[in-house]
Amino acid sequence: MRATLAWSSLRRHPVRTALAMLGVAVSAAMLLDMVMLSSGMQVSFRALLTRQGFEVRLTPKGTLPFDTEARIARAASAESVLLAMPAVQAVSPVLGTTLHVVGDDGSAAAVFTLGIRPAIQGDYELLRGLDADAADRMVVNATFLARTGVAVGDTIVVAAGYDAQLRSWTARRRVLVSGEGRFHYLATGQAAAALPLSTVQFMVADAGTAPSDEVSLLMVKTQPGVDAEALRAGIERELPRVTAIATADAVKSVEQRLSYFRQLALILGTVSLAIGFLLVSTLMTVSVQERVGEMAVMRALGVSRPHIAQQVMLEGLVLSVVGAVGGLGLGLVTATYLNNILRAFPGLPAAIDFFVFEPRAAYQSLGMLVVTAVLAGAFPAWRAGSLPIATTLRSEAVS
Amino acid sequence: MTVSHATGGGVPLLRTENLAREYALAGAPVRAVRGVSLTIEQGEYAAIVGPSGCGKSSLLNLLGAIDRPTSGTVLLRGRDVSHMRDREATEFRLRHIGFVFQRFYLMPMLTALENVELPMAEAGAAKRARRARARELLSYVGLEARGGHRPAQLSGGEQQRVAIARALANEPALLLADEPTGELDARTGRDVIALFDQLNRDGVTIVVVTHDEVLARAARRVVHMVDGVIVSDERNGPGDVGGPPRTTISPALVDAASPFRRTPG
Repeated sequence: MRATLAWSSLRRHPVRTALAMLGVAVSAAMLLDMVMLSSGMQVSFRALLTRQGFEVRLTPKGTLPFDTEARIARAASAESVLLAMPAVQAVSPVLGTTLHVVGDDGSAAAVFTLGIRPAIQGDYELLRGLDADAADRMVVNATFLARTGVAVGDTIVVAAGYDAQLRSWTARRRVLVSGEGRFHYLATGQAAAALPLSTVQFMVADAGTAPSDEVSLLMVKTQPGVDAEALRAGIERELPRVTAIATADAVKSVEQRLSYFRQLALILGTVSLAIGFLLVSTLMTVSVQERVGEMAVMRALGVSRPHIAQQVMLEGLVLSVVGAVGGLGLGLVTATYLNNILRAFPGLPAAIDFFVFEPRAAYQSLGMLVVTAVLAGAFPAWRAGSLPIATTLRSEAVS
Repeated sequence: MTVSHATGGGVPLLRTENLAREYALAGAPVRAVRGVSLTIEQGEYAAIVGPSGCGKSSLLNLLGAIDRPTSGTVLLRGRDVSHMRDREATEFRLRHIGFVFQRFYLMPMLTALENVELPMAEAGAAKRARRARARELLSYVGLEARGGHRPAQLSGGEQQRVAIARALANEPALLLADEPTGELDARTGRDVIALFDQLNRDGVTIVVVTHDEVLARAARRVVHMVDGVIVSDERNGPGDVGGPPRTTISPALVDAASPFRRTPG
């Protein structure tokens, strides 16, 4: 009966109730967005770095992956050393460079190219077509296709080492654009391609004669149950010319750098909760004030103080929960919109998201709002339950 | 159908002893009820009348355990309701006292049937049982066809009849009514008065506070208050509904604002 009464009280002023629910929904949406933002980049970076299960990354001494043009020399030897370690399951070498797509008219368009081993690579996900598992096959991203007008299945010419005096390329090669992929670590809007490592090593070698033995990055996949930090330290002992970075450390470092995002989200989330609190509290106070006569009569008829208070609390709770559930939907829509705006920021990896939905975020937001609603309804509920019956009826009679 | 836990006439149901109630109004004490001693017997139908501000409603609130006296006691069925804790008094009101108010105070978004069910739900009655009794009560007050209507869809008289049905929901020992015809026109007021008369004939003990001369005449007993004290306590004869007043009130005691003021000649 209390639920019926609470619901009927809310239905008494449908427009007011709807507006209040909308207000709570906006507050809940903002709260959800802030909760998603506070953890979204962390989750996104963690997912990015751990996506293919590479726990350790090796770069030229003192650099970060693709931070500079520096490369790891004698890559084959380094790879052998790594594979000899019992804790290492696999090694994925990556060579990054800029190649050019040469048109029939001699025009050239730059494309960032990764030399990879298709069987053990973690840089892209093949979306359609065939992988770059033959010397002259190339996987490209959507931006590449859009910029060059090339289609999957076309054969193109790629070149490296332009000599300005001779106006020629030191290395040219006809390759088949065999597939389209999504490159995880490259920036949105950056034209990218992947070729077999040996092909790229040939093209970037001096005069294109013998393949280079350099890579930009070695990614290491460990055996199950291996302590990545211990392996990292071991690698740096064995290969002093490289910097080894454990993914867990990289994630920690990213999290530290993102702490201001969390602070911002915390402040804005608190503000949205406060708005929700004031909204529910004000509405319930007004609602109780309008119904003091009815409540005094209910008390006179034998309805207990706790039951009156529960009814008011229930009204606040219904208002908040309905608003919050609506707000979760609204929050997801706004988060998607904001995420698309922020992801367009230049230089960010395409796979990075600012707002990541996790069920935990929804539960947290809902939980915080429910607690807020209970607190917001507490004063009006206490007031409703404490009405002096005789005095209230007397004042109602003369009003 | 049982409308009350009546056990027969002649038995004292309610007794007040030297009852007093003082308020502090803007810092000044107001003595609303002063040393009232009154006995209401089982099955009685008493009207408390008097000028505005004479303490009638304050006395009714004390009788109904919705207010506490400054001094004195109220004994209902031998239990002192004047010093009960709030929780006990609430439970007592729920089980033993029915209230009817001038402004009806039905819950606007509930149907007539749901309004009548409200005290029974509070008392823990099963849904089916309370629904059945609510139908019976609505039928008793002549509104069996209006159970699904909300208060806004009912006339004032109908709303008051629903309020009376609500007051009878838990078969109270005592029905208290504060100006039950105050918001009704003469014709619908007469319907409500006739309903009270019928209720009393069916065994309900009724105490009504009123300015309505016709309602007071319908009561079997009229208690007149002035300045917080009872100045007369008269019994009407049977069948006085609509007839001339038989209560004798000393003109000297009647405030000029009283609706019972006698006109010369």
